Amino acid sequence: MLDWLPPNVSTYGGEIDKFFYVIYYITAVVFFLVAGAMVLFLVKYRYKEGRRATYTHGNTTLEIVWTTATVAAMLILALVSKPLWGRIKQQTPMTQNMMTVQVTAKQFNWEIRYPGPDGEIDTPADSAAGTLDDYQVDNDMHVPVNTVVRVMLKSKDVIHSFFIPQARIKQDAVPGHTISAWFEITVPGKYEIPCAELCGFGHSGMLGQLYADTPEQFEAWKNEKWPPAPAMPADSSNVEAPQQ
Amino acid sequence: MSGRIFFKGQAPLRKPIDMRQDPACAVESKEQIYSEDVVLNPDSSLANAFVYIKEGLAQQHYVAPVESKILDQQHCRYSPHVFGIQVGQTLKILNSDPTFHNVHAAAQKNKAFNLGMSKVERVKTRVFEQAEVMIALRCNVHPWMSAYVGVLDHPFYSATDSTGSFKLQAVPPGEYVLAAWHEVFGALEQKIKVADNETQTVDFIFMRR
Amino acid sequence: MSEATATKHHDAHAHQSFWSKYIFSLDHKTIGKQFLTLGLLMLFVGGGLALLIRWQLAYPEQPLPLIGASKQFAETGEPDSTSSWDKTWAEWLSKDEKDQNWLAKNVPTGVITPAFYNSVFTMHATIMIFFVVMPILVGCFGNFLIPLMIGTRDMAFPLLNMLSFWVAVIAGIVMIAGFFVPGGHAAAGWTAYTPLSSDPQWTGVDWGQNLWCMSLLILGISSLMGSINYITTIINMRAPGMTLFRMPLVIWSLFIVAILLLLALPVLTAALALLLFDRMAGTSFFTPTGGGEPLLWQHLFWFFGHPEVYILILPGMGIASEMLPVFSRKPIFGYKAMVWAMIAIAFLGWIVWGHHMFQSGMSPALGATFMVSTMLIAVPSAIKTFNWLGTLWGGNIRFTTPMLHTLAFVSMFVIGGLSGIYMASTPVDIFIHDTYFIVAHIHYVVFGGSVFAIFGAIVFWFPKMFGRMMNEKLNKIHFWLTFLAFNGTFFPMHILGVGGHMRRIYNPMQYEFLKDFQGMNEFISISAFALGFTQLLFLFNVIYSLVRGKKAEDNPWNANTLEWTAIYPIPHGNFATLPTVYRGPYEYSAPEVEEDWLPQTKKLATATTHGNGHH
Repeated sequence: MLDWLPPNVSTYGGEIDKFFYVIYYITAVVFFLVAGAMVLFLVKYRYKEGRRATYTHGNTTLEIVWTTATVAAMLILALVSKPLWGRIKQQTPMTQNMMTVQVTAKQFNWEIRYPGPDGEIDTPADSAAGTLDDYQVDNDMHVPVNTVVRVMLKSKDVIHSFFIPQARIKQDAVPGHTISAWFEITVPGKYEIPCAELCGFGHSGMLGQLYADTPEQFEAWKNEKWPPAPAMPADSSNVEAPQQ
Repeated sequence: MSGRIFFKGQAPLRKPIDMRQDPACAVESKEQIYSEDVVLNPDSSLANAFVYIKEGLAQQHYVAPVESKILDQQHCRYSPHVFGIQVGQTLKILNSDPTFHNVHAAAQKNKAFNLGMSKVERVKTRVFEQAEVMIALRCNVHPWMSAYVGVLDHPFYSATDSTGSFKLQAVPPGEYVLAAWHEVFGALEQKIKVADNETQTVDFIFMRR
Repeated sequence: MSEATATKHHDAHAHQSFWSKYIFSLDHKTIGKQFLTLGLLMLFVGGGLALLIRWQLAYPEQPLPLIGASKQFAETGEPDSTSSWDKTWAEWLSKDEKDQNWLAKNVPTGVITPAFYNSVFTMHATIMIFFVVMPILVGCFGNFLIPLMIGTRDMAFPLLNMLSFWVAVIAGIVMIAGFFVPGGHAAAGWTAYTPLSSDPQWTGVDWGQNLWCMSLLILGISSLMGSINYITTIINMRAPGMTLFRMPLVIWSLFIVAILLLLALPVLTAALALLLFDRMAGTSFFTPTGGGEPLLWQHLFWFFGHPEVYILILPGMGIASEMLPVFSRKPIFGYKAMVWAMIAIAFLGWIVWGHHMFQSGMSPALGATFMVSTMLIAVPSAIKTFNWLGTLWGGNIRFTTPMLHTLAFVSMFVIGGLSGIYMASTPVDIFIHDTYFIVAHIHYVVFGGSVFAIFGAIVFWFPKMFGRMMNEKLNKIHFWLTFLAFNGTFFPMHILGVGGHMRRIYNPMQYEFLKDFQGMNEFISISAFALGFTQLLFLFNVIYSLVRGKKAEDNPWNANTLEWTAIYPIPHGNFATLPTVYRGPYEYSAPEVEEDWLPQTKKLATATTHGNGHH
C-alpha cells in the first residue's frame, strides 16, 4: 500500500514516511490478528446441534492485560511522534543558507513574494515607490535545493492549505494570521502545490508549481525574472522593455 | 459631446502576462500579451478610461435599454476591459473559453456577486439596481483578468476606445459636471455647459510626475 | 393541533383518529417508526448525492447518464442531431438565467458544475449524518427500544416525544428547501469552515447556507427534546429488578448518547447562531477584517463535532453488543468493562477535538496534547473489540442476517479505528490531513460501523416492530452485495489518500501527481454505483415484507431481553402487567435451565442472582 506514497524529496519527509511505515506494520499485524481470531472463532464455534456454548461472563485478568497493553502502545506511539512534530511545526532550523518567501493564498491562486534587494518582504519602501522592491508572481515558486525555505503563509480571503505532496508539507493559510512553515528539498525537479482546504468553487485546480532548482538554475532564474531597478520606458508606448 | 483623454507624465509599464497556468487560455498568435491597465498610444491618448456625467442631470427617470450589455471572457481576458451599463439593464456575461472562469464583482452599493462559470455555463446574467462608479470585476482563477463597469442611472457615459476618444450622444442642454475615471490614474472632473444643438469637444488630461 | 389531539387521546384510548394514531401519535413505538421512515427516505437522498460525486470523479465533466446532453454539446455548445437530449438542453439553456429550470442551473447539459459539486458533497455529509444516522439510530431505535427494553409503558414525556419527531421533519423540510433557493445550497462542506461559510461573497451562496444553519438549529431542538426524554425515562422508569447494570448494552449506549447530545448540541447551536449573525447581521465573529477569528469556528464546531461522531457510533456498538450474545448463545464477554468503555469514550470524546485541527494554525504545542488524548481514546474501542471477540469465543454461532451485519460492523469498525491511528500521529497527519485517507476512515466507521448496525437492527427488530419477518434470502443477498461493494468503494480510498489525493476536489485530472489514480477513482465509482443500487433491494425487502412477509412469532430469535415478551401488535402501554426482572440480559446457555436462553423476566424456582454482569 505504501508504494503509493509519492516519492519523497524533502529532508523531514523521509522521517514522516518512517512513521507511516511503523504504524502501517503495527496496524496490519493487529488487523490480521483480530480478523484472524474472528474468522477462527466463526469457523470453530459455528452452530452445532446439541452443543452448548461456554457460559462465561468474561475474564478480569484478560481485561486488565489487554487494556494495559493497548494503553502502553498508544502512549508510546504518541511519545515517539512528538519530537518529529516539534521539529517540523514548532521550530525552524536556522542554517547558513536559508530563504524566506511569503506565500499569500487567495481564491484561487498562490501569490508568491520574494524579498527584494533590501532582503525584507513588504517593507514600507515597497508600497511607497508604487512598484515592489520585492518580486511577486502568481503560482511559480522557485527555491534552491538543499536550502531551508521558510514560508510565511497568509491568506487574502478564506482558509486555504499549502500542500506539497512530495515534500510532505501541509499547513493551512488562515486570513488574519501569518503562519510560518518550512521545508528543504533534496531532489531538483518540478512539484505541484495543490490547495488542500476547500476554498470555494475554484478550489479544484488551485495549483502552484514548485521549481526546486540547482544553485545554477536558481541564479539563472533570479537574473531573468527579478526586476532590476525601476526602468524607463524605451518609447512612449509603454510596453515593458525586453530585459538586457 | 465628444472628446479625448490624454495622459502626460511618467507612465507605468504594462506588465507581461503569463498564461501558462491554464493551457486553455492560449491564443493562436502566441505573441506576448500585456496587462490592460495603462494603454497609452504614441500620441499620449489613453484607452480604457471612462467618462460620464456626474452631476447636473435633472431628476429625470431614464428607462433602462432593453438590449443587454455583453461582457465576454475570451482567451482569458474580459472583453471589454472598461464599460458602462445602465441601472436595470441586463448584463449578459459570456464564457467563450473552454475553461473555468469566475466573475467576482466587488460591488459596494450594489449586491456583490461571485459567479462560477465552467465550460458548460456559457451565459449568466445580472442586473444592477443602483448607480455605482466603478465596480471591479475579477476572475479569481486567472488573476490577471480584470474589468471595470460603471453603473449609471442615465445613458450619458462612455469608455474611451483605442484612440482615446469618447462620444456622448443627445445630451440635453444644461450645466453639468463631467467626470473621467482611470483605474490607475484616478478621477478628474470638469464643469461644462451644453447648449442646444451644439456639439462640444471636451478633453481630459491625467497627469503624473 | 396537538393540544386538542392530546386531550382527546388521553380521554379515549380506544377511539383514536387516524391523525392521533399515525400522524401525531404519542406512542413511542409509532414515533420510532416515523423516525425510521424519515431516515430511510433521506438515506436515498444522501446516497443519490454520493453517486453524483462519484460520477464526477470517475468521469470528470462528462454529462450524466440518462439526462445528459451529448459530449459534443457539452464540449462545444453545438447540439448533436442524433441526441434526443441535446434539443431539450439547447432549449433550456437558451432561456434567460432567471427563467431557467433547476437542472439547467445546476447541471447544464448534464454536467455537474464546480459550484454545484461543492454543495453536493456538503449536503451528502449533512444529510447522512443529521438526517439518516441520527434519526435512525437515536430517533428510531432509541424511541422504540428504550421503554420496551427497560420494561415500562412509554417515554416519560410522550407529547415532547411526538414534538421531537415533527420538529425534526420541519428541520428536514428547511434543509431540502436549500436546494431550490437562488445561489444554490450550502457549499462550504458539512464542516462549514469560516470565512468561506460566513461571507457570501466567497461562495456566491446566499440563502442556502442560511437555511443550512437554521435547519440544524431546528434539528438541535428536536434532539434536545429526545435527550431529555431518554435520560428521564431510563433513570426513572425502569421495571422492578432492572438495575442499571442489568440494562441491555444498547440501552446503555442510548443513555450515554442522550447525555452527549444534551451537552454537545448547545455548542453547535451557539456556533450556528454566531455564523448566522455574521452572515445576516453584519457581525464579524469569524471575519478577521472585523476583528474576528476564523479558527474560533473550528474550535466551536469540533468541540461539538467530536462528541457527535461518538454519538454516531455508540448506538451501533450497543446494537452489536445485543446481537453477538443472541447469536453466539452466550453472555456478552465483560459486561461491566463494556459499560465503562462506553463511558470512557464519552468522557474522552470531549478532549480530543483538536485532532481535527492539527494543521489548522492552532498552536502545535496544543496539537501535541490532543495527540495524546486521541491516542488514548483508541483504548476503550479496542477493549470493546476484544470483548466482542471474547463473546464469539466458545459460542454456538448462528449466521443469521443480523449476525452477519454485526460481524461486518465489528470488522469494518476495526479497520476504521486502525486507520484513525495514522491520523492521531501528528507528523503523519501532516501528510494525510484533508486527503482521501480521511474519507476512507470516515466511511469505514460511519458506514462500516453505524450503517451496518442500522441494517442489522432493522432486520433484527423488524418482527417486533411490524409483526413479520423480512425475507431472509433477500436479506442475505443484500448483505453480501453491500459488504463487497462497500469494501470495493472505500478500501481503495486509503490508497488514494496515501498518494496524496485531496478531498473535496472536483477534477483529479487537473493534477499531474494524481493522473495515475484515475483508474482507481473509476473502480471506486463503479463499486459505489453497485453499492447504491443494492440498497434498492433492501428498500424493496422492507416494503415487501411489511405487506407479504411471513408472520413472525413473538420471539423468533429466542432472545432474553424484555421487548421480546411484548406481544405483537404491541398495544399502547406495551405490557398487560409490568414485568419484573430477575437477572441480566445475556443469560444464554446458563446452567440453570435446559434451553440455551433464559429471559430476564423468567422467575426460576431457585432465586438466582447469577448474571448481573458481575464477575
